[in-house]
Amino acid sequence: MERADVQHQDDAALLAVRGLNKRFGNVVACHDINFELRRGEILGIVGESGSGKTTLLRCMAGQIDPDAGQVVFNSRRHGVKDIFALSEQDRRRISREEWGYVHQNPRDGLRMRVSGGANVAEPLMMNGQRHYGQMRELTLEWFEKVELDIARIDNKPRTFSGGMQQRLQIARNLIHSPSLVFMDEPTGGLDVSVQARLLDLMRLLVRDMGLAAIIVTHDIAVARLLADRLMVMKSGEVVEHGLTDQVLDDPQHGYTQLLVSSVLQI
Amino acid sequence: MTTQTNRMQHGAYNHAYLDEQTKRMIRRAILKAVAIPGYQVPFGSREMPVPYGWGTGGIQVTASIIGQDDVYKCIDQGADDTTNAVSIRRFFARVADVATTERTAEATIIQTRHRIPEAPLKEGQIMVYQVPQPEPLRGLEPRETETRAMHAYEEYGLQYLSLYESVAAFGRIAGGAGYPVLVDERYLMSPSPIPKFDNPKLHQSEALHLFGAGREKRIYAVPPHTDVRSLDFEDYPFDVQSWDEVCALCGCPDSYKDEVILDDEGTRMFVCSDSSHCSDRRDAGHAGPMAGHELDQGSADAANLEDAE
Ligand SMILES: Nc1ncnc2c1ncn2[C@@H]1O[C@H](COP(=O)(O)OP(=O)(O)O)[C@@H](O)[C@H]1O
Ligand SMILES: [Mg+2]
Repeated sequence: MERADVQHQDDAALLAVRGLNKRFGNVVACHDINFELRRGEILGIVGESGSGKTTLLRCMAGQIDPDAGQVVFNSRRHGVKDIFALSEQDRRRISREEWGYVHQNPRDGLRMRVSGGANVAEPLMMNGQRHYGQMRELTLEWFEKVELDIARIDNKPRTFSGGMQQRLQIARNLIHSPSLVFMDEPTGGLDVSVQARLLDLMRLLVRDMGLAAIIVTHDIAVARLLADRLMVMKSGEVVEHGLTDQVLDDPQHGYTQLLVSSVLQI
Repeated sequence: MTTQTNRMQHGAYNHAYLDEQTKRMIRRAILKAVAIPGYQVPFGSREMPVPYGWGTGGIQVTASIIGQDDVYKCIDQGADDTTNAVSIRRFFARVADVATTERTAEATIIQTRHRIPEAPLKEGQIMVYQVPQPEPLRGLEPRETETRAMHAYEEYGLQYLSLYESVAAFGRIAGGAGYPVLVDERYLMSPSPIPKFDNPKLHQSEALHLFGAGREKRIYAVPPHTDVRSLDFEDYPFDVQSWDEVCALCGCPDSYKDEVILDDEGTRMFVCSDSSHCSDRRDAGHAGPMAGHELDQGSADAANLEDAE
């Protein structure tokens, strides 16, 4: 009986969003959003500024409550559950154990008062690791994976460049082996040359680890490089949704056509 | 509900300075704190006749629990004869009409900022701590909503960040004062600025420990016979400071020492930070390598001066 249950859960989508709505006063930030995400899949969400991308991401990550709808996550600990039907404590534990969240601005995603190494090791401590030597070793490994100079491990994040801070954030959000990572404009504030290297690195890491990721971006190039599937948002609604190549090479919706033809500056 | 009249000539003050309603409010907070060891209970902190940072939290706690039969001791940096300790002790001698002492064993209430006395505490004694920052997680997490959630859900991983930083920087868990503890295996607590040397004295103590933070408006407690565990790593276990030197005045090997610079050449000596412990030992005939030094005389004079008042 139990085995059948587990079997069923392995087949289930990793994440399913159903009928999600969120408004701020009169502003409809997300309207009736529905989609599923499989394990290891990378979903890009594109759309102009103010189209509701960040709001959707924060609802899925349990950081804000939607007005209606479900965010069903296939949790290692709890099985398939609407995260908003769980207690806040359980929701925070899922977030700590099974998710990562990369902010556009590294200052929002890093603790600026503690060293880069401590920032990377923090999720391990949050999840109960109490052996300094083991944490240190894994942190050094991750510094190498994201191509940070291990000699700087004990330096404060403010002494790192913008691109290096974003690498710190990425290491910090992958070190605990999450099954799903949310990324909000992860290359947004960076120079084009720095962006390109970071994107390559992210693609390698995410593919290597078999992670699922939801990447919000307003940059079509980022979406093309990273995403298996694309969702195009406009004014809080999904106007087009499909495989990345299809959406970008043969856009159906007028808005997507504008986006892709770069006529629309976003 | 009768208000105690002040038997002193200073009729302008209620007994122990605070009005009875305020004392009752603070006692309710204390009872709740005792019932939930290590949990920070909010209370309506009052203006006191000293600035924040000078012990307003501890003074309010003492004022709320002190009765005329109590014997009051107050220490600052371990010493009874520092300015702050002397003035707070005089304050309660005046407004609460209580006997005061410098002897740990004779005191029923001991107010402190930096130390727990060396002499073992007994059943019936109450330690009152003046706490500047009650929230151990504040340095790492500035958002109050977040630290509250962490306490509610027992999410204390963050506290290990400071230990991690310490080992990374010094190769050991340094951190002298305010070293974080887990109380009754449930609530994370800052023992305020006592040195970690004193942390083990909180574990299964016979006495009641009350912590008052005036500016931050919080009271918390460690009741008698409560487990208090200092946080550490498996490969970097908690340990306390120790000194190679014995106390220069009383020869005590295992007390907490203050380093005293004696002259411009940098000649130093180490003496007990607990002045009462040190003088008790000297009275009992113990002598350190510099016994009879002028510092020795000096502290005796200061004690005499106060006795004369
Ligand atoms: N906390 C908030 N309070 C009020 N309005 C908000 C809030 N967050 C977002 N909005 C509004 O919701 C809409 C969607 O915003 P957002 O999700 O940030 O879009 P995007 O990330 O696509 O730029 C915008 O009109 C924005 O002004
Ligand atoms: Mg956004």
